[in-house]
Amino acid sequence: MSLISFFILAFFALLTALGVLLSKNAVYSALSLLAHFLTIALLYFALSAQFLGIVQVIVYAGAIVVLFLFVIMLIGGATTPAIHEKRPIARVAATVLGALFLLGLMVVLFKGLPLGATPAGAPDAGSVQAVAEPLYTTYLLPFELASVLLLAGMLGGIVLALKERKR
Amino acid sequence: MMTPTSFILILSAIIFTIGAVGVLVRRNALIIFMSVEMMLNSVNLTLVAVANQWGNLTGQIFAFIVIAVAAVEVAVGLAIIIAIVRHKDTTNIDEVHLLKG
Repeated sequence: MSLISFFILAFFALLTALGVLLSKNAVYSALSLLAHFLTIALLYFALSAQFLGIVQVIVYAGAIVVLFLFVIMLIGGATTPAIHEKRPIARVAATVLGALFLLGLMVVLFKGLPLGATPAGAPDAGSVQAVAEPLYTTYLLPFELASVLLLAGMLGGIVLALKERKR
Repeated sequence: MMTPTSFILILSAIIFTIGAVGVLVRRNALIIFMSVEMMLNSVNLTLVAVANQWGNLTGQIFAFIVIAVAAVEVAVGLAIIIAIVRHKDTTNIDEVHLLKG
């Protein structure tokens, strides 16, 4: 990935992330989240993880954001009450905490990592075939457990959202 | 010129922080949930970047499993939000204090 394309993608990723945070309307937040996930998918492609990029588009952009929009439309609370406006102290405190957290992360990043090393990255490193081979051999157990988890999550979602029957 | 892996790690650290601040600042349960998804996604970006750096697929498989877990989490979490809305008719988490004595 060239530096120019990285900076363009990073700019859009940060812009859409801030859009999720700052939108007054939850629908706009969800649409910003969609754009954010698509930008991250492009970054995955650039990092030679094609399979994960496709999975990102299908699962995050296709399923999760649609589920969010579905719930926002269903419960109708699209415009948020302006309660977070009333507490500027909490907002400032959260921003300061976030800045400190970012500072800590940066310190760890700059102290602990061999910075500047450019990855070799074969172009087909993340193809479906390359990812499937370890997924179905070395990592078969986590893969199967993920399917059990999906089943449990599906049942949990149905039970929680099911309307209570009148006794 | 190729992008160093550290740039991507810094980007994902910034996105993670934006998500964390979103969890702290916003009071709408749905937006908080979106911020949590953003944090999960930034960690995935870290895993993929490091997998690319070392030419090792384990990070990508970890990210794949994280995506599966995130999908389950969204399904259950949104069901909980729907149950709360049915119970209290609000998505504002300051008004939901059922565990308060």
